[in-house]
Amino acid sequence: MLHSPRLDRQAVALRPARNAPLTLRIPEPAARPGEPANFSKLRLSAPGAVRRPSLDAEPRSIHDLAYELIRVLDDDGNAVGPWVPELSSAMLISNLRTMMLTRVFDERMYRAQRQGKCSFYVRSTGEEAVSAAQAAALESTDMMFGSYRSQGLLIARGYPVIKMMGQVYSNVLDPLLGRQMPVMYSSREHNYFTISGNLGTQFIQAVGWAMGSALSGDTRIAASWIGDGTTAEGDFHYALTFASVYRAPVILNVVNNQWAISSFQGIAGGDEAPFAARAIGYGLPALRVDGNDFLAVYAATKWAAQRARSNHGATLIELFTYRADAHSTSDDPSRYRPADEATKWPLGDPIARLKQHLIVRGEWSEQKHAALQEEVTQEVRALQKEAESNGVHGNNQTASPKTMFEGVFKEPDPRLLKQRQEAGF
Amino acid sequence: MATMNMIQALNSAMATMMARDPSVVVFGEDVGYFGGVFRATEGLQKKFGKHRCFDTPISEGGIVGAAIGMGAYGMRPVVEIQFADYIYPAFDQLTSEAARIRYRSAGDFNAPIVVRTPYGGGIFGGQTHSQSPEGLFTHVVGLKVVIPSTPYDAKGLLISSIEDDDPVIFMEPKRLYTGPFDGRHDVAVKPWSVHPASEVPEDYYRIPLGKASIVRPGEDVTILAYGTMVHVALAAAQESGVDAEVIDLRSLIPLDVDTIMSSVNKTGRCIVVHEATKTSGFGAELAALVQRECFYQLEAPVERVTGWDIPYPHAFEWQYFPGPARVAAAMRQAMEA
Repeated sequence: MLHSPRLDRQAVALRPARNAPLTLRIPEPAARPGEPANFSKLRLSAPGAVRRPSLDAEPRSIHDLAYELIRVLDDDGNAVGPWVPELSSAMLISNLRTMMLTRVFDERMYRAQRQGKCSFYVRSTGEEAVSAAQAAALESTDMMFGSYRSQGLLIARGYPVIKMMGQVYSNVLDPLLGRQMPVMYSSREHNYFTISGNLGTQFIQAVGWAMGSALSGDTRIAASWIGDGTTAEGDFHYALTFASVYRAPVILNVVNNQWAISSFQGIAGGDEAPFAARAIGYGLPALRVDGNDFLAVYAATKWAAQRARSNHGATLIELFTYRADAHSTSDDPSRYRPADEATKWPLGDPIARLKQHLIVRGEWSEQKHAALQEEVTQEVRALQKEAESNGVHGNNQTASPKTMFEGVFKEPDPRLLKQRQEAGF
Repeated sequence: MATMNMIQALNSAMATMMARDPSVVVFGEDVGYFGGVFRATEGLQKKFGKHRCFDTPISEGGIVGAAIGMGAYGMRPVVEIQFADYIYPAFDQLTSEAARIRYRSAGDFNAPIVVRTPYGGGIFGGQTHSQSPEGLFTHVVGLKVVIPSTPYDAKGLLISSIEDDDPVIFMEPKRLYTGPFDGRHDVAVKPWSVHPASEVPEDYYRIPLGKASIVRPGEDVTILAYGTMVHVALAAAQESGVDAEVIDLRSLIPLDVDTIMSSVNKTGRCIVVHEATKTSGFGAELAALVQRECFYQLEAPVERVTGWDIPYPHAFEWQYFPGPARVAAAMRQAMEA
């Protein structure tokens, strides 16, 4: 009688309420597939509205810059405000070409993957200004520790596109001998560190490289790139801690493209505070920049680079952009985000915006742009044809399989000589 | 020549290399001003300046990641992970990065780093100050794993490791820092000064990686050991009366297969000893190697004497530690087989 279910229920109901049940928040993006894109929560500053501090500004005096958004180009393509860099039209056109080349290259490689010519591909569509402007703001001797979406940096440094294709196809042109999956480039000659598929490891390595440069009395600085999602990795914390403690000459870039595969940036904690604001707790200066604005990215990077070169240490830059395509060829964004998000992105497309700016400057036209587009497309198409004549993935036009047993260590490994013989190579 | 314990020999190796090569830098937790919790880096900061030897945040992943970047720059970082038990936050940087950078970049970049780390038990360190994780690193292609057992070897091997262009995990048997502890925990440990291997040149010398040392020639059974267990094996040979050939591997990767094979082919018996837990330990690799290469000469099964497959238990140090009695019993058993 005492333990009838009915009485137990009453007992629960009669218990005096003291503490409310705890709840857990699982972050959700503003919109999902089938819903219209919703950007109402974005923190955007007006073009030209954000101040440009002196190069030796105390980090604590510029906390606001981690929450604002440095923008130079307004909606009509005019360059406005204190961050306008002094850049020649020729330089801008050259960089417009780099961005267009990167996009065409990405598109061709993406299609090649769909045709089964390579195993995998990662496009940087919508993020071309980040790579082009940041490479342009650095010196060619500065060391770059990029991510798997940093192909634009390599293109901007003048690395031969045909070798990139060779790497993507793992064919006989692949400088990495077929050892890495596509897009994990490496070039010591171009000061481009070997790309890792593990996220974030390069961030602290870049700090270490910069420490080495400073310990050696060198003048070169380092820069590294990770995505918004990777800020949750321990390496991010290691990098900011070491960069701050030793005042290392390094630029730490977070390319916030809003999406980490299917997880929106709120899953990495971006809803609570901008990623740039992470720097505040480390006593590092932070800049939050419109990543689709070539001029703003260039100016912010130049500021950070000059600061590092003058021994004022590291800067964290958040490049606020949008991943306009899938994470990779193994991803389908229509399953987790609104179909029109990319086209509705309020900060537009980086190539279209630089083009518009050049037109406003009176240095460019739709005709010239179309001609350049055609030129770049033909160039990439020709390179692709040549690259494919040297093999595509899976057709055995690779480095000799015996090379896979080489180069684990500097000296030949007797175990591997035996295993190579066992394998029949 | 000077008389040195293992700490002093390691210190001498670092000082020697820092004097010879300006690209050698030493850093880690407490290693700078203070000179390290085991004193291995004592005086280095004072002698070479704080840009050559400095303290780091408590951040093993950061220490190794920064070392890799510095190595890519062109320096030769020698970093200390205070206890091998603390190395796991750096595991990604070691296994996915340091070990792979040369291969994945087809030689564009390499990671010429040394990660020094005290390991092993016998100090009542419990499960977070006593582990022997060498097998985790021998399984990672691209890493070298080096373990000295005497002051003389410690200096020569550390110098070779610092000069090596590939990443080296340099594991220091911390129970041997001050004396050749042989597992007889109820007997006072003699200081290194009464051991011949404490005679250490003050100048530069190398002991090549991948060259084992036969520390006790014998005819009846081969004991494969490294670190503290070399001295345990010697004590066990004495206790058992078995004419054992004790081989100090000194480096696990690269491994001196020839010395192992010629010894076992001579004795026909082999016992592998290590402090680390048994299952999937480096002893399994050695046992597989010996049975494959010496099968027709073997007169007894290859035996392993190791730590038990449990976390290192604080209150049961000597029940866990594979001391001379267990090794001696294995020797006698091998002789009876």
